[in-house]
Amino acid sequence: MSTLLLLLITGVGLGALYFLVASGLSLIYGLMGVLNFAHGSFLTLAGFLGWEVGRRVGDGTWGGLLAGMLVGLVVGALVAAVTELVFIRRLYQRHIEQVLVTVGLGLATVALFEGIWGTDPIRIAKPAWLGGTTDVLGASVPNDRWLLIGAAAVVLGLIVLFLRATPYGLVIRAGVENRTMVTALGIDVRRAFTVVFAIGGAAAGLGGVLASVYYGQVSAHQGTSLLIYAFIVTVIGGLGSLAGAAVASVLVAVIQQLANFYLGGTGDLAVVLALAAVLLVRPRGLLGKAAAR
Amino acid sequence: MSAVLEVRGLSARIAGQQVVEDVAFDVAAQGVTALLGRNGVGKSSTIKALLGILERTGEVVFDGTRIDRMLTHRIVQRGIAYVPEDREVFGSLTVAENLRLAERDGTHRDAVARLFPELDERAAQQAGTLSGGQQQMVSLARALMNDNRLLLVDEPTKGLAPRIVGDVTRALRDAAERTPMLLVEQNLQVVRDLAHTVVVLSGGRVVHTGPAAEFLDSPLVHRHLGVAGAEEAA
Amino acid sequence: MSRIRALAGSTWGRVALGAVLVALAACLPLLALDIPGVLPGPTYTPGTLAVLAYALIIAALALSYHLVFGVAGLLSFGHAMFFAAGAYGLGVLLRLLAPTGIPSEAVFLLAIVLTLVLALVVGTLAGSLALRVTGISFAMVTLAFAQAANVLIRRNVGGLTGGEEGVTLLVDVVPPGLVGVVNTRSLYWLALAILVIAYLVCVWVERSRLGHVVAAARENELRVTVLGIRPYRARLVVFALAAVLAAVAGLGFMLLQSSATPRISASDFTLTLLVIVVLGGVGYRWGAIVGGVVYTLLDQRLSALASSPAIAGLPDVLRIPLSEPLFLLGMLFVLVVMFAPGGIVGIAHRATRPRRRRREDEREDGRPAVMSDMEASTHGS
Repeated sequence: MSTLLLLLITGVGLGALYFLVASGLSLIYGLMGVLNFAHGSFLTLAGFLGWEVGRRVGDGTWGGLLAGMLVGLVVGALVAAVTELVFIRRLYQRHIEQVLVTVGLGLATVALFEGIWGTDPIRIAKPAWLGGTTDVLGASVPNDRWLLIGAAAVVLGLIVLFLRATPYGLVIRAGVENRTMVTALGIDVRRAFTVVFAIGGAAAGLGGVLASVYYGQVSAHQGTSLLIYAFIVTVIGGLGSLAGAAVASVLVAVIQQLANFYLGGTGDLAVVLALAAVLLVRPRGLLGKAAAR
Repeated sequence: MSAVLEVRGLSARIAGQQVVEDVAFDVAAQGVTALLGRNGVGKSSTIKALLGILERTGEVVFDGTRIDRMLTHRIVQRGIAYVPEDREVFGSLTVAENLRLAERDGTHRDAVARLFPELDERAAQQAGTLSGGQQQMVSLARALMNDNRLLLVDEPTKGLAPRIVGDVTRALRDAAERTPMLLVEQNLQVVRDLAHTVVVLSGGRVVHTGPAAEFLDSPLVHRHLGVAGAEEAA
Repeated sequence: MSRIRALAGSTWGRVALGAVLVALAACLPLLALDIPGVLPGPTYTPGTLAVLAYALIIAALALSYHLVFGVAGLLSFGHAMFFAAGAYGLGVLLRLLAPTGIPSEAVFLLAIVLTLVLALVVGTLAGSLALRVTGISFAMVTLAFAQAANVLIRRNVGGLTGGEEGVTLLVDVVPPGLVGVVNTRSLYWLALAILVIAYLVCVWVERSRLGHVVAAARENELRVTVLGIRPYRARLVVFALAAVLAAVAGLGFMLLQSSATPRISASDFTLTLLVIVVLGGVGYRWGAIVGGVVYTLLDQRLSALASSPAIAGLPDVLRIPLSEPLFLLGMLFVLVVMFAPGGIVGIAHRATRPRRRRREDEREDGRPAVMSDMEASTHGS
C-alpha cells in the first residue's frame, strides 16, 4: 500500500514536470498549429542559466534555488519570445516550415550547449530539505516532489487566470478555437503568438530549473529527452487543450512509474503503448477538439 | 453609382485547386450588392479572397486603397466587417466574450443590443450551446456593433427558421441604410428585399452583372441559378 | 550547359547521363583526385573512400526518406528505426546464426534476408498503426515508436543489442572481400550499388500507379477518396517499402562501419535525415542524394575544422560555435528553410531553367509543393 502511494505521489511529481513542458507546447500548437521542437532548448538553456545564477547567489541554498527559478522563468520567456519574433513570424501561415525551423533550432542549440557546458551532465547541489523525505501514511516521499507539484499547480493556476481574465487570454482562447475568425474580427493574432510563446517558454524555463533539481544534474540533453514525453502528453491530452495537458501529464507519469516498478522497468514502453492506444481509439486525444482549425 | 470596392482579376486557390478565377465586379457605395450563383461556384471563396483569408492574386481597391496584399486583420481594421457562412462563433466563449472580442469602436453597441435583446439575456451562456438562429445573431452583432465602411455578409439566412429569416433581413436592411454591403444569399426573396444590384458567378467567374429586380424576373435566373425566378420569388 | 539540359530532357538521355555519373563515381577509387577542403585526401586512399562510402549510404537512406516525406507527404519522425533495424538486424543475426554450424556464406546471406524481412514486418506493423492518423498525430506516433525502439536498443533487451556499447560486426562470417581497411574499395562500390538500387526503386515507385496515388492523396486526399481509392493502403505500401530501403542502407552502414550504436536509432538521427532532405530540396530525388553527400562531407570537414589549431586560438565566443558542426549545420538548415525553401537542387533549378519551363509543382517563390500540400492536409480549415 505504501509502495503504491509512493509511486502515485512520485508519479504526480514527475507529471508536474511534464506539465510544465507540455502546457506551453499544447498552447502553442493549439493557437498556431506549430509543433515546437525548440521547446526543449528553452528548458535546457533556462536550466543552465538558472544553475549558473543560483550557485553564485548561494549554492545549495533556498535563496540560490529561488534565484535560479526566477532566472529560469525570465530566460525561458525571453528566448521563446525572441524565437517567435525572429524565426517563426517570418514564416507566418507556413506551418511545415515553422516546424522545420524549430527542428533546426533544436538540433543547433543542443550542440551549442554541449560546446559551452560540455557533454557530461553537471551535478548540482540543492537545499538539504529537498534531498530528504516526508512520511505520508508509511510512504517516504522525496521532498523535491512537493516542490514540483506546488510549482506546476501555481503555473496551471496562473495560466488559467491569464486565459480567463485578460484581453490576451480572450484572444488566445478564441484563436485556439478558430484562428482565422479572430483575424477576421480585425485582431492581429500574431501578437498573441508571441505572448503564447513567452508563456510557454516561461513554464518550460521553470521546468528546466526544477528538472535539474529532480534529476540532481543539468545536461545539454535534458530538454530533448523531456520534450519527447511532453509531446506524448500533449497528443494524449489533446493538442491545444490545457486541461488535457494537465490530466495527461499526470496520467502518463503515473503509468510510467507503475510500469517501471511492477513490470520490470518498462515505463517508457508503457507510455508509448498508451499513446498508440489513445490515438487509435480517440485520435484527437482525451480532451481535444473534434477537428483542428 | 460610385463603387466602394473594385475587384479586378481576382483569383484564389484552395489546396492547389482554382476556386475563384479572374473575377471582376464592383460593390456600390450605397445599398446592397448581391453575389449570386449555384452551390460551389466560389461565392464564399470570393469573399474569403477579398479578406485575404484565402491566398489570392489580382487587384482589390477599397475606397481608393489597394488591399489585395494586406493581412486579414488590417483589411478588417480599415472598416470591412465580415459575417461568415456558418456563423463561426467561438463556441467555447460566452456570448459576452464573443462580442467583447469583436469590439473595435463599438459605435453601434447599444443599437445592436436593442436589435437582439436575446443576446443580453444570454450574455453568460457559451455560444456553442446557442441555437442556430441565436448564433447568427451573435455573428451579426459582432459585425454590426462597429462603425464599418463595408459589410461582407455570407449566407446569413442559411438553415434558419422563417421567423428568424425575417429578423435577420430587417437587421440587414437597417445596417445597409448606413453601410454598403456585399451579400451572398441563396434565398432569392431576401435578395429581392435587400439588393439593388446582382453579380452572378458560375464556375468561379462572373457571368452576369446588373440591376437586381431585372435579373430576378428574367429567364437568366433559371440559367444561372437553376431555379424558376417567378416561383422562388412568390 | 544547354546541351546537357537537352540531353537531360529525353528519357534515354537521362539514362545515359545517369550511367555516366555512376561510372564516374565507380572509377573514383582508381583515381587520385584530390579536392582540398572538401575531401580529406586523394580519392584512392581508404580514409577518403570510407568517408565517401558513408556519404553514399546516407544519401541512399535520405532517398528512402524522400519516398515517405517528399513523395507521400508523410512527416515521419521514426525513419531512423528502420535504418537501425538494418544495421542491428545484421549485426545481431550474424551473432545468433554463427554458432549454429551453418556455413559462413549461408549465414551471411540468411542474416541479410532475415534482416530485410524484419524491416518489412516492422515497417508494415508500425505503418499500419501510424497511418490510421494523419498530420501531426502521425508524426507523433512515429516519433513514439522510434523512441520505444531506441529505448529497447539502449536497454539491451534480451542481451542482444549490447546497450550503449552497441553491436560489432562478427567479421568471421562476413565474406573476406568486405572486411578490413584493404577492402574499403569494395565497400565503397557496395555503397554505390546500394545508392543506385535506392534511386531505381524511387524512380520505379514515383512512376508507378502507387506513386501517383500517394502523390495525388498528398495534394488532395478528399479528391482521391471520392474516386474510390483508399490512400491508406498505397501509403502503407510506400511506407513499408521505404522501411526496407532504409534497412538496406542500414546493412551497408553495418558492413562499412563494422559496428552500430544506439545513436542511429535516436530521434535526432531522423531529424538529421529531415535536415538532409530539406537541405538538398524536398520533393527532388536528386535533392536527397545531393543533401546526403553535402551534409556528410560538411559534417566531416567541419569536425576536422573544429579540432584545427586555427579554431583553438579563437576567443570563446567564436571558438565554441565554430567547433560544433551540428550547430553550424542546424543554423544552415534554418537559413535554407527560411530563405531557400527549395534547397540546393531548388536553387539550381531556378538558376538553370527559364521561367516558363519551371516545374509546375513549384511555386513562384520556390516553395516546394509538398509543404503547401501537407499544410492543407494537416490544417484544413
